[in-house]
Formats: sequence, C-alpha cells, structure tokens
Amino acid sequence: MPKGLFLDVVDPWINWDWLSTHIPYVLAAVQEHVTLTIVAVALGLAISLPLGILAHRWGRLRLLILTVFGVFYTIPSIALFALLIPYTGLSGTTAEIPLIGYNVLVLVRNVLVGLDSVSPDVLDAADGMGYRPFARMIRIELPLALPAIFAGLRVATVSTIGIVTITAVIGLGGLGQLILRGLIESFHSPLVVATVLCILLAFFADLLIAGAQRFAVPWARPS
Amino acid sequence: MNLFQATWQWLTDPAHWQGIDGIPTRLVEQIHLSIESVAIGAVIALPIGIVLGHYGRFGNLAINISNVGRAVPSFAILVIAFQVFGLGDVPIILALTALAVPPMVTNSYVALREVDPDVKDAARGMGYRELAQLLRVELPLAVPLIMAGVRTSAVQVVATATLAALIAGGGLGRYIVDGLARSDNPRTLAGALLVAALALATELLLAGLQRALVPRGIRLLKTPAANRASTFKTA
Repeated sequence: MPKGLFLDVVDPWINWDWLSTHIPYVLAAVQEHVTLTIVAVALGLAISLPLGILAHRWGRLRLLILTVFGVFYTIPSIALFALLIPYTGLSGTTAEIPLIGYNVLVLVRNVLVGLDSVSPDVLDAADGMGYRPFARMIRIELPLALPAIFAGLRVATVSTIGIVTITAVIGLGGLGQLILRGLIESFHSPLVVATVLCILLAFFADLLIAGAQRFAVPWARPS
Repeated sequence: MNLFQATWQWLTDPAHWQGIDGIPTRLVEQIHLSIESVAIGAVIALPIGIVLGHYGRFGNLAINISNVGRAVPSFAILVIAFQVFGLGDVPIILALTALAVPPMVTNSYVALREVDPDVKDAARGMGYRELAQLLRVELPLAVPLIMAGVRTSAVQVVATATLAALIAGGGLGRYIVDGLARSDNPRTLAGALLVAALALATELLLAGLQRALVPRGIRLLKTPAANRASTFKTA
C-alpha cells in the first residue's frame, strides 16, 4: 500500500475497508503469534518442572538456577535476538530461545513457591503411608503446588504474548509484524488492529488458564 | 577474523567512542530517557499506590493494573505514541512512563497493605494522627516493597528504551537496529552487549539503592509478594 495514497486524506485509526479485505492476513498473523506463544510457554514449562523440582531438592542448585535465569531475564529481548542471529539466523529458534528463557525464570520461581508451601505435616503423612520420594513428588507435592504453577503460567503467557511482538525485528512477530507495518507505512489500521488483538489474546489466554486451573485444582480458587 | 574479534574491534575503535553516534552519547541518551520516564512515572504512581494501600481501597484495580500493563505490548505503545506525537523524545518518554506506572502502583499498594495491622494499632494507641502514622510508621515499613517496584519499573524502562531506536529515537538500541538494517554484525553484537550490560548494571545499582534505603532492622521477609511484583517484563 503506497504511502502517497494517504497523504491528502486523514488516516482514520481504523480503516474498515482495509480490515475487511485483509482478514486472512490478520488471521495468519494471529496464528503465528499464538504458535510462537504456545511453543515458548510449553517448552518453558517442560524445562521448569524438572528444574524446579531439582532446585527444591538441592539448595545450592536453587541459587544457581535463580541467578542464571535472573540475569537472562534482565537482558532485553532485542539484545538476545541480536546476539543469537549470527548463530541461529532469522529463525523461529532465535525468537524462541529468549522467550523460553524468560518463561523458565517465571515458572521455576512459581514451582518453588508451590513446592515450598506444601506443609511438612502432609509430607510426614505421605512418608508414613509408604510413599517413595519420587511417587511423593508426583502424587502429593506437585498437585499441591499446582495453584502457584498456574499463577506462574498466567503471568508467563500474558508477558510472552506482549514480547512476541518484538520478534518482528527479526522477521517474525505475529501481530508485531502488523505493528511494524503500521510504523513503516505510517498507516494506522494494522497498528490498531494488532494492538487490540494482542490485548484480547492476552485476556482470553489468561481466562483460559484460570479456567483450566479451576478444573485441575478445584480446591483453590484462582486469584 | 571471526565475529568475536570483529565485535571487540568495533567496541574498542576510538571512532565509536566520540561524536553524535558514539557510545557515550547513545548511553547518555538512553539513561536520560529512562530516568525522566521513571521519575515522572514515580510521581504519578507512588502517591496513588500509597493512598490506595493506606485506605485499602480499589485493591483489585491496584493489583490488576500490572496485569493490564503486561498485556499491552510495549512495542505497540511506542509506535502509537510515535504516530500521535511524531518524532522526538516526547512520545518515547510518554510511552515509557506508561510502562513504568503499573508495577509501581501495584507494589506500593501491596507494600502498604502488608504493614502489620497490630503495628498500625500500636501507632494509633501511641497517639499518632493519621498523616504522622502514614509517614512515620507505615511508609518506613513499606520501603522495601515500594523500592522493589521502582527497581522493577526502572529495569523494564531501561530495557524498553532500547526499542526507542525502532521509532527513530536514540539510545544504544540504535546500534542493534542500524546493525540489523545494514547486516553489520559487529555493530549489532556490540549494541546487544552494551544494552545487556546497561540492563544488568541498572538492576545491580537499584538493588544496592534498595538495600541502602531500607531502614535498619527491617528486612525483606515476604518474598512471595516481592516475586509477584518483580515479574514484569515488557521488552
């Protein structure tokens, strides 16, 4: 869309004609956005659960893991993308490594909060009933840690949906691609559509996980 | 010459340490933008959070503003501010201020709420009026969590200020954005290293400031609340 077209008219915040003819384009961006987010959160969780359990067992490992991922979390995503490009190029891998790393910090912290909150009496009772350490972890401790883990999942997912937009600078970005386009072409519609959709996406993802929590942990209400 | 050597050479080249596109200029630009945004944000956010926390009103609002802050993409806020206000520091500072406010509101609210009710009772019993109680009893006890909020905001603002380069702003992000545009890998990598170092330095500096400002005898014991508040990432 040439910019000159809009120079003599005021560009409305949303051009419905543009939107009506670009629905497949917007949907493709949403799909890429959701895929990037799900991969980042799912792999983040897959790494955090074992890491969190190990850190809960060994105090020294806890400090190491929290420090390493804490440093990683502090580094802005755009810097990490830039550092990874020489190795992994403009690829999904470059986008996912920072996102996964950020989620690992959020989730490991919450796994630890959850596991730490299990009452010693419960652990005693489980031991008395003959649970071995592994079975006790899987069947007693992890289920009791679920409310904290779900709280972490909600924070991680909502944050990831926001940060995914920045991957537009390495040619991905999902809805971030629309924001970038709005910027480059000084064209408001894709920018507004992408912003609204990002917020809606975060809102519904949050609701969905809160719903899943209600289903999986009926004894603890989501906050 | 491999990439490491090239990046090192770029970083140590005296030409990159002077002039309008030199590292000192870019560093000062980014720090300047960040300090202004965090200061304006603190002036707005801290009184709101402190008053709401003191009276225990609108708790949902104070807590949820952080969730909203997480959900609104920082990149989008910057671009919208750019479209509305055009080139310059104003849109960048407005966008960064908007990002700085939520964690500080939430943290200062939680900080005031978590002051032990028995302590407040005791203050009342000793004859403190409301304002004196807030200023001399509640606030000192709330300092650790309030400062945790300021630190979270500041680290995120410094990180997000990197993105200002995308809307033609200055700062160290310039090297990353220009490096990517020109496929100039040493420049991109050097920028990334500088940005990472600045973010970490901000975190360490403010952690030190937080420790220094906490009144003697008070330690940050309630880590879960501190954790909740410090998981705020926008860039």
